[in-house]
Amino acid sequence: MRQDRASPRKSNPLPGFGITLGFAVLYLSVLVLIPIAVLSLKALSLSGPELWRLATNARALAAYRLSLGASFAAALLNAAFGSLLAWVLVRYRFPGRRLLDGLVDFPFALPTAVAGLTLASLFSANGWLGRFLVPIGIQGQSSRLGVVLALTFVGLPFSVRTLQPLLENLDKAVEEAAAILGAGRLRTFWSVIAPTLLPAVLTGFGLAFARGLGEYGSIVFISGNLPFRTEIAPTLVVMRLESGGFDYTGAIGVALVLLVFSFALLLTLNWLQGWSAKFQRP
Amino acid sequence: MNPPRTTAAPERPAHSSTQEPPLVKWLLIGVAGLFAALFLLLPLANVFGQAFSAGRAAYWQTLSEKDTVAAIRLTLLVAAISVPLNVLFGVAASWAIAKFDFRGKAVLLTFIDLPFSVSPVVAGLMFVLLCGANGLLGDWLKAHGVTIIFAVPGIVLATMFVTFPFVARELIPIMEDQGREQEEAALTLGASGWQTFWHVSLPSVKWGLFYGVILCNARAMGEYGAVSVVSSKIAGKTDTLPLRVEKLYNDFSHPAAPFAVATLLALLALVTLGVKTYLEWKSRREQEPL
Repeated sequence: MRQDRASPRKSNPLPGFGITLGFAVLYLSVLVLIPIAVLSLKALSLSGPELWRLATNARALAAYRLSLGASFAAALLNAAFGSLLAWVLVRYRFPGRRLLDGLVDFPFALPTAVAGLTLASLFSANGWLGRFLVPIGIQGQSSRLGVVLALTFVGLPFSVRTLQPLLENLDKAVEEAAAILGAGRLRTFWSVIAPTLLPAVLTGFGLAFARGLGEYGSIVFISGNLPFRTEIAPTLVVMRLESGGFDYTGAIGVALVLLVFSFALLLTLNWLQGWSAKFQRP
Repeated sequence: MNPPRTTAAPERPAHSSTQEPPLVKWLLIGVAGLFAALFLLLPLANVFGQAFSAGRAAYWQTLSEKDTVAAIRLTLLVAAISVPLNVLFGVAASWAIAKFDFRGKAVLLTFIDLPFSVSPVVAGLMFVLLCGANGLLGDWLKAHGVTIIFAVPGIVLATMFVTFPFVARELIPIMEDQGREQEEAALTLGASGWQTFWHVSLPSVKWGLFYGVILCNARAMGEYGAVSVVSSKIAGKTDTLPLRVEKLYNDFSHPAAPFAVATLLALLALVTLGVKTYLEWKSRREQEPL
């Protein structure tokens, strides 16, 4: 091998491994790992029953339920409309396609506070959409629907951008073969194309879901933050932190549950991405 | 359209076997377009529409208020500290991960992704628990006269946490694709390690690096959740632009005011998207002649 000729003693002659890895690990530890460890230790230093009470009281349970439910609904909406957008962007040529493609990243680039602000105003009683929706009973502001809408906005790029590269690399010969064998277009889509896309759709769903669980900025403006009704788990962390006096314990229980959720999701997503990579390269 | 039957027609089906009928195609485009218009374009237009709803004079007055100017300055300062540090980390981490093989690489990659999945609010809480008055380092910091939480250093730390993965995530796949043959050639020809990095490795990833910086910067300037937990939210002192938006929103006296400040952040998003589109176009053009 060429490497061996260049440097017979070491297989890799490139310099800087020790210092770059050392710096990266140090930086990662100080900024990410130690803070996570501190939160976990603080939580575990509480007595078992107290931690259980803080993490699972009725208000917290209602907040988890809303966070999970709304994130699930938003991720589902995104899986549907995101897949449609990805399909249209990859398969069709039409005026405005470039603009639409660029616009998909907009929720990713727009600060969440601004997203929450503008969505809240759109759906308020005299907003551009609310003035039509509120009279027919659709309340976007201070409602659970509002939470779902904001999370859908925030999560949209994830489902589109995970599916798009896969669609671009899809082998058209398979579809042609299906057509030659007599399958109609719809049948080809459901039996040939859809199964190939499924892992990527699931990955996009998982990414949007994970993003939704942790989301705070876009929600506080639109949801009204009513305990037991429209209060999501991250908002509850902030509420407890602001009212909890000095020991922060009120916030820690809920934060620990959120942290466990995000770890579980991260591992699931890693596994899903490995699975969909296998699909991409048979 | 009904084309007259010709002899060539029977050889070709009405439309290719791997395409949808035109009606279906345009229906799908229509639904996707409508969804994007309602969900993406309308919120953007609304920011500017509401911002100017009280007239142009009120708009400029909000933007030139002392506290708004201070918020702009703080936002720029926070980005100016956190982005370069994350670039340094991103370059170092991607160099080690993409150019070398070592045990634990997969674990390291997962750790780098962590800040993406941790709720920004939880991230803020972590720094409060670490550096706050009753935190782990609270007494030590107090003895040395250092205030981190509810002050600017805390805002910087929280911002660094949430923007941590952007540059590394962008650079690692590109550097992995490049392999290390070019660097090995440069070293064989007598270049020093530093020269090799500076003249060979860096130029070949420059667009990816730039893109990572742009994304990192957009998030750094726009972060709200993590920053709102660690900031004391004192106008003119510890308010960043997103916190200023929130404050103006909760002060109901001028409904257009939060939107005026929000236009700055919306413009930041638009510039970010513009640069991204330009970079994609540019890197595609650079790849083609090869």
